[in-house]
Amino acid sequence: MRQTFLRRLYFFAVGLFLALPLIVVAGVSVNEKQDLTFPPVGFSMSWYQQIFADPEWRRALIASILLALSAAAIAVAVALPLAWFLWRRIAPWANVFQLLGVAPFILPPVITALGMLTFWATSGLYGQPWTAAISHGIFFVTLPLVTLSLGFASIDRSLVEAAATMGADDRTVLRTVVFPLILPYLVSGYAFAFVLSLNEYIVAYMTVGFTIETLPIKIFNALRYGYTPTMAAVSIFFVAVAALVFGLIARFGDIRKLLGAMASEG
Amino acid sequence: MRREAPKSLADYAPLVFPGLMLIVFFVVPFSTMIAVSFFQRDPAGFYTVAFTLDNYGRFISLFFGRVLGFSLMLSVLVAICCVAIAFPFTYLLTKQSRKVQTVWLVVLLSVLSLSEVIIGFAWSTLFSRTAGITNLFVWLGLMNEPVALLPSFGAVLTGMVYQALPYTVLVLYPALVRLDPTLLEAARTLGSSPVRAFFNVVVPALRNTVVATVIMVFVFALGSYLLPQILGRPQHWTLSVLITDQAIYQSNMPFAAAMAVFLVLISLALVGLTLFAGRKENAL
Repeated sequence: MRQTFLRRLYFFAVGLFLALPLIVVAGVSVNEKQDLTFPPVGFSMSWYQQIFADPEWRRALIASILLALSAAAIAVAVALPLAWFLWRRIAPWANVFQLLGVAPFILPPVITALGMLTFWATSGLYGQPWTAAISHGIFFVTLPLVTLSLGFASIDRSLVEAAATMGADDRTVLRTVVFPLILPYLVSGYAFAFVLSLNEYIVAYMTVGFTIETLPIKIFNALRYGYTPTMAAVSIFFVAVAALVFGLIARFGDIRKLLGAMASEG
Repeated sequence: MRREAPKSLADYAPLVFPGLMLIVFFVVPFSTMIAVSFFQRDPAGFYTVAFTLDNYGRFISLFFGRVLGFSLMLSVLVAICCVAIAFPFTYLLTKQSRKVQTVWLVVLLSVLSLSEVIIGFAWSTLFSRTAGITNLFVWLGLMNEPVALLPSFGAVLTGMVYQALPYTVLVLYPALVRLDPTLLEAARTLGSSPVRAFFNVVVPALRNTVVATVIMVFVFALGSYLLPQILGRPQHWTLSVLITDQAIYQSNMPFAAAMAVFLVLISLALVGLTLFAGRKENAL
């Protein structure tokens, strides 16, 4: 009895710690006036409208979404053939590429960011919008790489062998057997990379910070020049997007399995 | 399809695109950074090509030593706090129903994916005078008037623990999920209470996991680049903040690169150590 109570209390305390800053931000985001007060005075959803109505915030939102969509696509495009090759072939030296795919994620992000900055500056392409997409794509390759490796590992090889025995060539096997089986892992890998790219600040800032404002960059710049409740509204919007995406993954896939192997692979 | 060694050159085809991308956009940038760390600063542009050890020479200063010492101390503190909170939490979580676990994992992932900008902003609001937690204390009669709790060391530490806690839980989760339940049953059969069984059986059995996790979280905390800036004073700046500052605001790319190389070496050494710790546990 007492132990159940203590356990509940512990869960509650951790939950409260995780939720508290977000509760306060949600509170200040509905203030009627442009004041940083909690509990909120009055109630207004106008700051949420600002994200879409104000041209600057809307531009940042569109930039962020475009960046995240293309970066996640690049990450998957790099991870898919690599994971497929590692599953299909015995080539120990190819594991080097797996290591390269995981490295940017394990090292402190500032390092990848500075590497990208020096690289784009040296190549003279500094500031081009697409450089951020490539930088994010490489930075987040880890996520689809891990989910896809997990997906390939879960394929029953006898299924594929059966298809091959029936006369299917590599390409047919890939299209009709392998691809449908790994599709859920591909989608979750894309979704993970998308959400993280949406939230990423430092790599985006060091590559295109002076030419494009993504939402995190815009929030940080706004933070330095003073407070607007729109920042709070955007933050809550981001939490909602992340919760929605991960909720969907949990609903349609097995998030426990996905995470059970994820960290041990990293 | 059985795994087989590549027979012809065509079998390597799937490797071409990922290999090229990773080499051109990760290995080359990384090498560029190392090269730049030996170049000279150009206040008007990015750098001028030269060979100098001056950027590394600047490490031997009281200022740099203080920043490095503070970064390491802060990261150790964050790692210890996180593992101390997360280990019992994750252990209890793995004992819950699938549904409860799934909900918590979604929550943890959502917080983990949050931008450092947002985490910094959220905590600076929570610690502010006008909208902060002290208003609640005043209302409860614990304090006379609301105060700002930042900038301060406590604010930096709290923000970084918040940032790293979901990561810690997710690193610990696989190890704790796979923990052999018969170990605990044996302890319980022999009459030990759940709390004692936890400390006498679970913790020692996962000693190396705990050590590896502390190091992983330490490296994660070393990477925090905004929270010390938003929640702390200049003396609370860490190596990551200093690198960002030098690269962007002081436009001293070579010095930033030299510090980044140094940070890579620390991180790699530590990650290597975790692999070593992990191997020992597997051997047991």
